[in-house]
Amino acid sequence: MGPVLAGVLQLIALMGALAIAYVPLGNYMAKVYSSDKHWRVERWIYKGIGANPDTEMRWTAYLRGVLAFSAAGVLFLYLLQRLQGVLPGSLGFASIDPDQAFNTAVSFVTNTNWQSYYGEQAMGHVVQTAGLAVQNFVSAAVGIAVAVALVRGFARSRSGELGNFWADMVRGVTRILLPLAFVAAIVLVACGAIQNFSGIHEVGQFMGGSQQWNGGAVASQEAIKELGTNGGGYFNANSAHPFENPTPFTNLFEIFLLLVIPFSLTRTFGVLVGSVKQGYAILATMATIWLAFIGLMWWTEFAHRAPAFEIAGASMEGKEVRFGVGASSIFAVSTTLTSTGAVDSFHSSYTGLGGGITMLGMMLGEIAPGGVGSGLYGILIMALIAVFIAGLMVGRTPEYLGKKIGTREIKLAACYILVTPALVLVLSACAMALPTPANSMTNSGAHGFSEILYAYTSASNNNGSAFAGLNADTQWFNTTLGIAMLLGRFVPMVFVLALAGSLGEQKPVPVTAGTLRTEKPLFTGLLVGAILIITGLTYFPALALGPLAEGLA
Amino acid sequence: MNNSLVNTGRLLGAGLRALLVLTMLTGILYPLAVTGVAQALFNNKANGSEIKADGKVVGSSLIGQQNYSLDYFQPRPANGLDENSVNTQYKLILSGATNRSGDNAELIQWVKEAKAKVIKDNSTADYKVKPSEVPADAVLSSGSGLDPDISPQYADLQVHRIAERNGLPVTEVQELVDEHTQGRTLGFIGEPRVNVLELNIALKELMAKSG
Repeated sequence: MGPVLAGVLQLIALMGALAIAYVPLGNYMAKVYSSDKHWRVERWIYKGIGANPDTEMRWTAYLRGVLAFSAAGVLFLYLLQRLQGVLPGSLGFASIDPDQAFNTAVSFVTNTNWQSYYGEQAMGHVVQTAGLAVQNFVSAAVGIAVAVALVRGFARSRSGELGNFWADMVRGVTRILLPLAFVAAIVLVACGAIQNFSGIHEVGQFMGGSQQWNGGAVASQEAIKELGTNGGGYFNANSAHPFENPTPFTNLFEIFLLLVIPFSLTRTFGVLVGSVKQGYAILATMATIWLAFIGLMWWTEFAHRAPAFEIAGASMEGKEVRFGVGASSIFAVSTTLTSTGAVDSFHSSYTGLGGGITMLGMMLGEIAPGGVGSGLYGILIMALIAVFIAGLMVGRTPEYLGKKIGTREIKLAACYILVTPALVLVLSACAMALPTPANSMTNSGAHGFSEILYAYTSASNNNGSAFAGLNADTQWFNTTLGIAMLLGRFVPMVFVLALAGSLGEQKPVPVTAGTLRTEKPLFTGLLVGAILIITGLTYFPALALGPLAEGLA
Repeated sequence: MNNSLVNTGRLLGAGLRALLVLTMLTGILYPLAVTGVAQALFNNKANGSEIKADGKVVGSSLIGQQNYSLDYFQPRPANGLDENSVNTQYKLILSGATNRSGDNAELIQWVKEAKAKVIKDNSTADYKVKPSEVPADAVLSSGSGLDPDISPQYADLQVHRIAERNGLPVTEVQELVDEHTQGRTLGFIGEPRVNVLELNIALKELMAKSG
């Protein structure tokens, strides 16, 4: 069997596993967010928070909850890193510098997991498990909560109430992420991922001498890192490191984990708005883009058109033998089309066009299928834009799921889609215009520019992967990338929740013969087109200077 | 104004309390529970899949090593591998890739040099390696720098050298490689591979037996 066929079969197996999980997980998540029963452990948590989980919140209150919880998260994680030097259980590792601690705290709270540090030499057990891994859970739960609030805006009428933030966030952790992560972590350990709290291991080597490596709670962090579309590796090599991703099976399993919640949330959406077909239309849009990107990635990576790879015979630089080109490409596309940013191979050493595909995946706004929660709300915003465009064509007031898309709604949607391109393009331009940031580049020419464009694209879209040749541990990059992550996460959330509030207050309009049928394939086509055209036009000039120039050279 | 400050403070307090409670749950109880199960059921794996030769630990079967002499099978290059630059009381392996692009002059140079070296090292009196026979993994660095595997093609390529340098019959060394070649999982997941450390341990045993 050739590697291409093996890649196709792995993709089919992956799709099969996702399809099996789709209905049960999607339905289960819908139940989680509509049940009025609280588990006992949840009651304890609410008592600890001092919040009443049954209070309905308007969008402003919901947003305040999101922001307060996230601000507390940044503060706590910042202090934990700054105090690492005096914390027990930290392997004697020193405290993290202020700029890097700020960057890392923001990075994990915003579900980005950009890392300007080397995990194995910088972060001890306490920061890794009680700091970073905690945000892997809660930042993901916040993302799902905001998406559910938007869905409630569509589903409810004549009510600005969007549910209770504390209840939604806590349930995301206790009922969805924690049980799934526990099972996934055990599977990973069974395959060879490490899970211990011992100190630095010093072991002998075959030819004599010894080597030192870190122990750590790797499997437990790896599981939630993928499941919550976080992506911050325990080790610098991330999921290319054999202790994080030991076998070909764990590789496929990790790709499954990072896709399963974002895809299944379209089912949750369908159930909650009362039409699973609407969920299928969104799913079809996501799947179309995801599959097309994998096809393109295989085409360019198997063709390996670049001077070094033509001499070598394949594009295996930065890729592991056990995964090969086929599975690495599936991972790369899936991690950049979600907001994960974990890598099992290093994107900077992909072909020029392959690197461009990973960048374009993030530039689409990470909506195919996107991050947990953020993917769903991102694509629903694009759906509004698509029905608006369709409405303009036929001269009808656009509506989606029985809600009128009026001036206020379309303004909020437009603001949403402007945030990340503005951050990416303005900050990249600043970095290129200033004299010092360019010193961080490893490669020169078009690829050097790509390193910087990739960094701001990744940060603003809360992805976290990198063209890792860029030395991002400088005050300039730690600070500006930190700001990009913060604004790229929370400003769009403001618009999403405002939109949810505005939609929830409307009364539904009846479906007539003139209503655009948003559950039909025609709409899926329209949505795919709208996504590609809007993003493509925004980023085309920047892409032409970087990956396209390199890939077509 | 005062009122909104109080409200903001109260909300931040709630956020902080929520974070602390969830830290107990996901940052302490969860990793401890996973560690408990992992240590009880998969002790060796949870601690790094250490592997022994002659009763001594010689590394982890998952972590590639770099300093094999030419009497043994060679791993992939690891130009992205590094040593720690902070917390230097330790000498930690720092995993990583080169992150060089396909048109990077340095990478092109590395590939050319590595290819020439592979051809030179592995050509013996009665076996000449052709440039087209050198597989890509023999000249390109892995993502982690710790790739424990090489492709079966690269292992096969080294058989004549290993046989000649150790005074072993080519067929016996080839058999050893074939025994240690792992196919794709279930026939289609991942790529075929040979674990270099395990192969070299077996080679050492073979040498002891015939020597």
